[in-house]
Amino acid sequence: MSKLVELVDIVTNFYTYEGTVKALNRVSLTIEHGSSFGLVGESGCGKSVTARSIMRVVQEPGRIEGGSVLVYLDETDETKMIDLMKQSEDYMVDLRGNKISMIFQEPNAALNPIMSVGEQVAESFLFHRKQELCKKVLSELNSPDCKTIYPLRKLLQSIYMAADENPDSFGLKLMSKIPVLKWWRRRMKQEALKQSAEIISKLGIPNPAEVVKLYPHNLSGGMKQRIVIAIALACNPVLLIADEATSNLDVTIQAQILELLRELKQKEISSILLITHDLGVVAETCDRVGVMYAGNLCEVADVKDLFSHPRHPYTRALLDSVPKLSQEGELKSIEGNVPNLVTPPPGCRFHPRCPYRKGICSVELPELRNVGKNHQAACHVLPE
Amino acid sequence: MQKILELKRLKKHYPILGGVLRKKISSVRALDGIDLDIYRGECLGVVGESGCGKTTAGKTIIRLHTPTNGSVYYYPEGRGPEGRMDIASTKISALKRLGIRSKLQMVFQDPTTSLNPRMLAKHIIAEPIKVQENVGGRELEGRIIGLLQLVGMTRDHLLRYPHEFSGGQRQRIAVARAIATNPEFIVLDEPTSALDVSVQAQILNLLKSLQEKLNLTYLFVTHHLLVVKYISDRTAVMYLGKIVELGKTRDIFSRPIHPYTHALLSGIPIPDVEHKQHRIILTGDVPSPVNPPQGCRFHTRCAFSVDRCRMEDPDLAEVENGRSVACHRQHEMEKLVSDRFG
Repeated sequence: MSKLVELVDIVTNFYTYEGTVKALNRVSLTIEHGSSFGLVGESGCGKSVTARSIMRVVQEPGRIEGGSVLVYLDETDETKMIDLMKQSEDYMVDLRGNKISMIFQEPNAALNPIMSVGEQVAESFLFHRKQELCKKVLSELNSPDCKTIYPLRKLLQSIYMAADENPDSFGLKLMSKIPVLKWWRRRMKQEALKQSAEIISKLGIPNPAEVVKLYPHNLSGGMKQRIVIAIALACNPVLLIADEATSNLDVTIQAQILELLRELKQKEISSILLITHDLGVVAETCDRVGVMYAGNLCEVADVKDLFSHPRHPYTRALLDSVPKLSQEGELKSIEGNVPNLVTPPPGCRFHPRCPYRKGICSVELPELRNVGKNHQAACHVLPE
Repeated sequence: MQKILELKRLKKHYPILGGVLRKKISSVRALDGIDLDIYRGECLGVVGESGCGKTTAGKTIIRLHTPTNGSVYYYPEGRGPEGRMDIASTKISALKRLGIRSKLQMVFQDPTTSLNPRMLAKHIIAEPIKVQENVGGRELEGRIIGLLQLVGMTRDHLLRYPHEFSGGQRQRIAVARAIATNPEFIVLDEPTSALDVSVQAQILNLLKSLQEKLNLTYLFVTHHLLVVKYISDRTAVMYLGKIVELGKTRDIFSRPIHPYTHALLSGIPIPDVEHKQHRIILTGDVPSPVNPPQGCRFHTRCAFSVDRCRMEDPDLAEVENGRSVACHRQHEMEKLVSDRFG
């Protein structure tokens, strides 16, 4: 399989009053075309910051301080890669929601309460797919059964012809700002709404033509999450980042959404980066898993490998501390707490809680190294 | 086994006010007729989706909410069934005077909001003791230190504010506050859902050991099924304000009967790659508790509903020893599910 996104030594810091929070400490990982990569860890370990760093949307007071995000959009040609860290903001704006899109954690916060859900899905078409929309509207205007009166049709045709050539031209932008004149966009919006109804129906929402007119408060949690997914999927992204997409949902709704993601994975999108704290979700939906702890990636492996032969002490402890269906006897817990990232422990950040620690652990930060086929772990000791 | 609490047809409806005169126009039927016996020394898990009335059940049982209808009988220790009293209809002042309030305690979901940020840990734990008894000075301090040690903390933590603790430690303080008055019964309302996985295990183990040491009875309210599986002896599954299945946790997980329990259990993501389970995906969402569906409340999402389900609300009926299910087709359900989903 070929690479799609490669993170190399990403460092992201947050500059707070209490000091510098070293949220990501040289994280490197690779997501392949057609795979679903799961990122697990406890809260505050840097999962979401990793996702936000890929999109370059780290909030204030955070800053990406180093490293590179290499994106291989062309599956066949590995040399045609783009380093997102070196691109302009304009390029990123064009990329977000188009080639790489993201589902945010809380659907209530991700949706705008004063826009109908149809408009919100249509926004991504209007932003990234202007030319296609213009072509559609033009073909509609040119068709013989167009009912618009002749002079108006002629006018609209000329405007849309100009828009088709260069949708960002100054004249059109100016026209979109002036009342009355901005009505030329109406047909484009209607077309976008039509397309959003289509994408909403694909996500298994009954009666899409009615649903697009509703507002977020009219919908239930599961439906809202579907709308958020629809927004993310609107432009057929190559990578979908799902940041805790199911954490706030009930078990039965979570099962629906996971099933949906799995179906979409087969049909629509090539790769998913699934961020979650729930090991069960990862076991069921992902091919590859990365385990994060306190801003470091400590183990990367195929899902079967990771659950059957975890190598890093933290992964083992984490797997042991989750109650299982076949749980007998006492649940093992990890002693202590997650460290404060303003003053992380020296060396391996897990060593104060690690039962296998040695002298070197508190001195030197271990690097990810191969411990098996497609299996890397960052540990000095690697207990058997 | 001895009963500690007995709920009879317990109902709690929250009024919805509307119009100019703020009259009651409708009500949210959070709890709609629950019958439940809670035995001394057990841990009863209550599971269900959000909005099914789990938390309301917990709060109504210990009379943080006054029930709309029905009764909650409390059997004091060593008094036998004759000594029972109805908490639901007793005045709050009487509950305080008789010392029943101190016997029924609660641990809330999010320790960040359930602890007063302006009080020291010491005062937080001392507050319920001071309300009940007239102690002070060294004796009180000694008791607080004892409680802190019981929940795995030390006397260094006495003079700190809640924000200085981590999430797990805060929840430990909340537990210490709940056990400060020597209660018999504690409602644990999602005590681990705000915590991380590794800390969750610590708190669960702490709760288990405290139950043994202090001979406590728990009502463990959660939406996390694997946690219930781990900690509780019996489990009640709730749906839209009613209990749909009740039984020993082991039985419910190995052999669910009600179709909702089937769906709920098959929906748990299992952290084990070897485990391949056939998933029952329910269509649609939970109906609104303001006007729940006619007949069986689950029929709108049930794959096996028949005409009778749409007309008649099934009662919670005992199927076998200690196992009750509210379903019209309970006897054929096992076969139906296996035929349909394999």
